[in-house]
Amino acid sequence: MAELVNLTINGQAIQAEKGALLIEVARQNGMEIPAFCYYEGLTLQAACRMCLVEVEKTPKLQVGCTLPVADGMVVHTESETVRAARKGTLEFLLTNHPLDCPVCDKGGECELQDMVFRYGAGESRFTERKVHVDEQQWSPVVFFDAPRCILCYRCVRVCNEGMGVGALGVSNRGVISEIVPNHHDYLECDECGACIDICPVGALTSGSYRYQTRPWEMNHVGTICTHCGDGCRTTLGVRDDHIIRGNNRDHSGINGEFLCVKGRYAFDFVEHAERLQSPMVRNPHGEFEPTSWSKAFTAIAEAFTAAHARGGKFGVIGSNHTTNEENYFLQKFAREGFGTKNIDHHRTGDLATFFDALSGRNDALATAGDLYTAKAVLVVGADLAQQHPFLSYQARANVRHHNAHIYAVTTGPVREDNQAVASIRVPAGGELDGVESLRDKLKAEGDLVIVFGDSIQGDGVRKLVAFGDSLGIPVKYVCLVDYSNSRGAFDMGLIPRDGGMSVQQMLAAKDLDVLWVVGANPLKNAALASSNAFVIVQDLFMTETAKHAHIVLPAASAYEKNGTVTNVCGEVQKLKQAVKVMGTKTDLEIMGSIAKEMKLNLGIWLPDKVFAEIRKNVHGYDVPLPVVDTGGAAPTMPLNGRVAALPGVVQSAGDTLFTSGSMSRYSKILNAVIESPGALYGGKGR
Amino acid sequence: MTFSPKLEEKFAKMLQAYPEGRKRSAVVPMLIYAQDEVGAVTPELIDEVARRCEVPPLQVDEVVGYYSMLHRKPMGKYHVQVCTNISCLLVGGMELYEHASKKLGIGHKQVTSDGQFSLEEVECMGACSWAPAVEINYDFYHHITPEKLDQLIDGLRKAH
Ligand code: SF4
Ligand code: SF4
Ligand code: SF4
Ligand code: FES
Ligand code: FES
Repeated sequence: MAELVNLTINGQAIQAEKGALLIEVARQNGMEIPAFCYYEGLTLQAACRMCLVEVEKTPKLQVGCTLPVADGMVVHTESETVRAARKGTLEFLLTNHPLDCPVCDKGGECELQDMVFRYGAGESRFTERKVHVDEQQWSPVVFFDAPRCILCYRCVRVCNEGMGVGALGVSNRGVISEIVPNHHDYLECDECGACIDICPVGALTSGSYRYQTRPWEMNHVGTICTHCGDGCRTTLGVRDDHIIRGNNRDHSGINGEFLCVKGRYAFDFVEHAERLQSPMVRNPHGEFEPTSWSKAFTAIAEAFTAAHARGGKFGVIGSNHTTNEENYFLQKFAREGFGTKNIDHHRTGDLATFFDALSGRNDALATAGDLYTAKAVLVVGADLAQQHPFLSYQARANVRHHNAHIYAVTTGPVREDNQAVASIRVPAGGELDGVESLRDKLKAEGDLVIVFGDSIQGDGVRKLVAFGDSLGIPVKYVCLVDYSNSRGAFDMGLIPRDGGMSVQQMLAAKDLDVLWVVGANPLKNAALASSNAFVIVQDLFMTETAKHAHIVLPAASAYEKNGTVTNVCGEVQKLKQAVKVMGTKTDLEIMGSIAKEMKLNLGIWLPDKVFAEIRKNVHGYDVPLPVVDTGGAAPTMPLNGRVAALPGVVQSAGDTLFTSGSMSRYSKILNAVIESPGALYGGKGR
Repeated sequence: MTFSPKLEEKFAKMLQAYPEGRKRSAVVPMLIYAQDEVGAVTPELIDEVARRCEVPPLQVDEVVGYYSMLHRKPMGKYHVQVCTNISCLLVGGMELYEHASKKLGIGHKQVTSDGQFSLEEVECMGACSWAPAVEINYDFYHHITPEKLDQLIDGLRKAH
């Protein structure tokens, strides 16, 4: 344990670790030292002077955010002198600050407003004209209003340190200092909006949210991002059934304040004009026309029942975006209702071999948190910053805060190179050789997390796990999968086990009688061999697959439903419905209604009830309810003996920071940023 | 971008002078020496220094914005810098600056049409003991009066 010192803050005797920052020690003991530039986790700046405190026997006020505590220190954080100094600092910060509160996005959530209110610094002795600079747009996402800026440099640091992008800087000095973007008048960056979120005032504003509402007029709905597999919590700001903001407002969940451009902005697909809002059925001329839900359900139930009665061949393709409850219900429907084993989804990582290779062990799965605490992280065959922005952020933070060692074995340049102790470039397929060449270095690490992409599959996975085992240090793994619930789709059993057909086999089967596609787009780049198959599709949009359907049912997106999803690390989290889009139903309700129409008894189709069943029946999902119910992430341990190899293809879609399958096609903001669609490995492709 | 062999040699030595991984320490000296040779801190120069010091161009740009001795546009052949900070101000620095401005017909950071002279109002140069002080390029002139300044400028004009 670190050496402790004794000090007094506001008359309270306190013990703290030697060298800890006064501002943190005070906070931990329930005393707030106000701060603008100090930000936990970022480098120290000491630029704003808001944190001044009185330390006895020191002639001048001290800067609490950079002052290490020492033995015998006597500190006053709320004395008259201190309050007067804070008031003075605020008066100074307000010299050029415009009186924008009535229209500013930050009004009501503004740290400057709160401080001025607290210290009563509303009046100014400055009579000089305020320096005015016009507002600038730096990207579709980021706007800058320089006069509001209090030069705390949080944005500069979060972009540089947190994101590893470094797109913001400061030009000039003194009263004309200004935050500038990397291309003088525009930004080329991750467009993550972290700078906007971290700005204590309303200087940086968001393209989608600015001047839309006041924060107190929204409902704040905490749910899980529906794009990649990392499972970031996001708070959707909802007003009048419209989502107008995404940010992880209370910094809860596994991701704290982190969100990438998709989590923060790409909720706009929800209101895209092309959203399906009515069931569609083909008329005798082969054209789609709207129909009612009840007619659609009856038609589907009749077709399903008839096909089942004559022993027809069913194919069921599930989604890696739908909830665990929906996936569970769908596979139950297929297995019990149709008696078919032909059920699959677009598999983006070789979880089958992975779980098999780890069978019987329950300490080998890394959580997102482990990437922040491990002594070393090895990334194999993935462009982490592009494909798994949050995992990449975790590893970066681990380097900054704990001097972790990062290793990258990839086919092209990746952001991890900037911090890696060793980056190895390999030809596609040469990943394992690259890993082998790191053996001696890795052996010397205290512990390790190995993160691998779809280039490692089949035997490759076994070899990689054997390599990890041979290092003689604790090793944990993450098998990367693409979408928000790919992992859940696998765990719930949307897989062709026990001799079922894979997606590819279903599409190729000339004698397929029924193809039921729930939230997937398998016909995007493939054809359906069976010309007689009755095709039912549930989706948000008229996708390539939906265009082949006989009946299309308009489904609700993840932001419009309750349920649970499992992230890439196997952590289960709860979705919370934010809005309702007229005319849609959740996939669970659709499936339940079809089951009812068919007079099948598959149990009650309420998310909580199905989840209770999952907790009972799916190995490793017996997670503590209080964790999940309060917005936490519960790790699952699905390892349960051998898993047989599955037929079919495992392939990542290769989505970048700015894409996420068909959903991103309908997000205006993702298409509007200049970096879109982005590329893996610095444009080198895979 | 390449510089004269002499400067290249200087830069090579400079980069050796800092500990491993601290090339960024060379940003300021590199900029100032390169500015003398190139005539101004051009966008190409910023990119070049960024490349050599292994920092993003934006960070070099920040430095250029911060230090008043770095100029984005070429200054005159003779860059006249008049101090108006407190010590100089007390003994006529401001009058001196205004005099220079009138005589040269240019203002702060402006260049005469023939490109010979430029003027800059600067902060304390550490020559307070000999205030008011003027610096022309890298040479200091002490206890300057308007008359002495006239002589200096006229002398330089003639030399040219
Ligand atoms: S949006 Fe993100 S990447 Fe872009 S400047 Fe802001 S913090 Fe940096
Ligand atoms: S823009 Fe905001 S975060 Fe950036 S320096 Fe200004 S006040 Fe701070
Ligand atoms: S990292 Fe993934 S889960 Fe997190 S905000 Fe981005 S897309 Fe969403
Ligand atoms: S918080 Fe300490 S100087 Fe800004
Ligand atoms: S004040 Fe002019 S040199 Fe110091």
